[in-house]
Amino acid sequence: MKLFTFRIGGVHPQEHKLTADIPTKEAALPKAAVFPLGQHIGAPARPVVKRGDKVKVGTLIAEANGFVSAPIYSSVSGTVAKIDTSIDATGYRQPVIIINVEGDEWEEGIDRSSELENMEAHPELTAEEIIERIKIAGITGMGGASFPTFIKLCPPPTAKAECIIVNAVECEPYITADYRLMMEHAAEILVGLKLLMKAAKVEKGYIGIEENKPKAIELLTELTVEDSQITIVPLAMKYPQGGEKQLVDAVIGRQVPAPPAIPVNVGAIVQNVGTVFAVYQAVMKHKPLFERYTTVTGEHIKQPGNFLVRMGTPFKDLIAACGGLPDGDNKVLAGGPMMGKSVISLEVPVTKGTNSITVLTDADAHRKPIEPCIRCGKCVEVCPMGLEPYLLATLSAFKHYERLEQEDVVSCISCGSCQFTCPSHRPILDNILQGKGVVMSRIKARNQK
Amino acid sequence: MIKIIMGNLIVSLSPHAHGTESVEKNMFGVVIALLPAVLISLFYFGLGSAVVLLSSVAACMFLEWAISKYILKRRPTLSDGSAIVTGLLLGMNLPSNLPVWIILIGALMAIGVGKMSFGGLGNNPFNPALVGRCILLVSFPAQMTSWPVAGQMSSYLDAETGATPLSVMKAAIKTGNSDLLTTLPDTFHMLLGNNPLGGAGTIGEVCAIALLLGFIYLLWKKVITWHIPVTIITTVFVFSGLLHLASPVYANPFVVILSGGIMLGAIFMATDYVTSPMTHKGQIIYGIAIGFLTIVIRNWGSYPEGMSFAILIMNAFTPLINLYTKPKRFGEKLNR
Repeated sequence: MKLFTFRIGGVHPQEHKLTADIPTKEAALPKAAVFPLGQHIGAPARPVVKRGDKVKVGTLIAEANGFVSAPIYSSVSGTVAKIDTSIDATGYRQPVIIINVEGDEWEEGIDRSSELENMEAHPELTAEEIIERIKIAGITGMGGASFPTFIKLCPPPTAKAECIIVNAVECEPYITADYRLMMEHAAEILVGLKLLMKAAKVEKGYIGIEENKPKAIELLTELTVEDSQITIVPLAMKYPQGGEKQLVDAVIGRQVPAPPAIPVNVGAIVQNVGTVFAVYQAVMKHKPLFERYTTVTGEHIKQPGNFLVRMGTPFKDLIAACGGLPDGDNKVLAGGPMMGKSVISLEVPVTKGTNSITVLTDADAHRKPIEPCIRCGKCVEVCPMGLEPYLLATLSAFKHYERLEQEDVVSCISCGSCQFTCPSHRPILDNILQGKGVVMSRIKARNQK
Repeated sequence: MIKIIMGNLIVSLSPHAHGTESVEKNMFGVVIALLPAVLISLFYFGLGSAVVLLSSVAACMFLEWAISKYILKRRPTLSDGSAIVTGLLLGMNLPSNLPVWIILIGALMAIGVGKMSFGGLGNNPFNPALVGRCILLVSFPAQMTSWPVAGQMSSYLDAETGATPLSVMKAAIKTGNSDLLTTLPDTFHMLLGNNPLGGAGTIGEVCAIALLLGFIYLLWKKVITWHIPVTIITTVFVFSGLLHLASPVYANPFVVILSGGIMLGAIFMATDYVTSPMTHKGQIIYGIAIGFLTIVIRNWGSYPEGMSFAILIMNAFTPLINLYTKPKRFGEKLNR
């Protein structure tokens, strides 16, 4: 088997895929579900319900507010308790809709059968129709970044899409939600990919999977043997292969130029495998995005597992279902250990981008003491964007923002490979992100003049 | 450990995982890689080698501890292993009959002047062990260039001394008499360090095989990459090979790369993290320049050996090299 991979840098974190062979269970309904209005990139959604309103599973509760935005649907049936503010996974307070759960009554239009709907049975689906249904269903990227999906399918006039690349890499340690989804819903994912290919008017689809998931590679290869349009691409294991730009490089061998260029500038549209499944459900089953696959895991968690979770379920419910927080010092992550956000409260709800709740305990929860930079150059060697992390971190710390911009800080994808590898345990990425934030706002201010 | 606790949870920015790299792993990796050469030196120089290496390592560790504690007034960082590496490398660069008081001055120059005066680990522009060695070389030229004959296990200050291959090469160039070169040992003996001339060189440079074993270990443990050592050795080989072809007074390139401090310098001194360039491109430029300067100093300078000076000179250029050698940014090359 020929393995592909990206060409610059990369690291090899320990896998910790504890839950790979545990079939997905439906998580219990919460007592109250919490829906942050800004759970996607772009403008927060605008509420269309008020206190006391009755809602069903799949009822629109907040509409898209502008072009780069996405609507939000209730994942539970019950009564709107209040529209308030609450802390989300980023640690900031933001507006939320809280719904008290009563029963489990679904909107009528949603097809809850598990029967597979094929493309052939639905000739009425045009590209425009598919994109419209994806937009209405509130689908955003489900790998973590939560960028509205329909926008990716409408490239700017200067770029032409040539292929869809499905991101089934799951290079973050611990997380197995995408893997379980592939093992349990491979056929639906392939229909979802066909829908996306039709929507983007392209003839070619790739699914990139790392070699540590041989069963998924085998299963999808079997299902696509007679399909000349879809290619399964086995990838060598290397973090951050699930980064959009790294994946495009690995699969079709093209490197996306520096920002503001995006993958479609080299002909590729990348979609996470969870997103592809959501597209299938939205288009074929009329089911808006309100539930997702989430892994709850950690070396010290008693019963780690994979769950089909209604969005809005607080972290504490899912952790309790897995045996509760371990004794000792705990760090709870929304996401995996490389790019996940550590939450400050377990009241934080699962949102569209929550692929995992990872609990790190004791020694794993703490950073190691910082030592002086020994200028070993290992951060430069592993940077997948070809940057010089040691230099960017120093320039940030000394506030040399002009030089920082010249050194291409905006290309940083925050993958953390530099800090992961630093022998002196230096907070390289902390510093870079601080400086990058300043440089980004300077560029924005300059462009507005 | 660093703890930031909110409520009952630990919080920090990503990444939340760390690999197996640490300063200690790299420093002790260098110490382990030096072990074959240390053992061979004990075999060749016996007591003298033991006294010089031990006093150098002990002095460097003591000075690092004392200066951090009493002058810089901060937590001593002996445990990172960098003082042991400096002490060992300084010792490897000295003749085995050097009096202890000179070694102490060398250690003070290496740790005190070369390293701690700039702020300690990570901040020194020059390789501390080479700062110590070169200050000794210009201050005590007689003691620093008398080389004990190998095989005197129980002698130290009283060891008999002899000529090194380097001084023979220099004499051949000065007098224009290429017949002198016939007294040089052959390549095989140079590799082993079994030197029929009697004289050898500094403690660490006598046996190329032992140093190459260390090189393999460093590559295997990913402490260093091949870029600096290979470019230095290749440059020395090509440059001295061209000279050898041009005139017989210049020695055979195989003997040149195996003699003097080329191996020790290329593998262990020039690869010092702190003082060498950060990018592979920069490391190649640095390696080529060191190789070139070494041959220039060896053949036409007043000292028989040029490796230490060449490395120190290029240490000074490292910030400039870092400024002008950028890694290839993602997206600069487009198609497979």
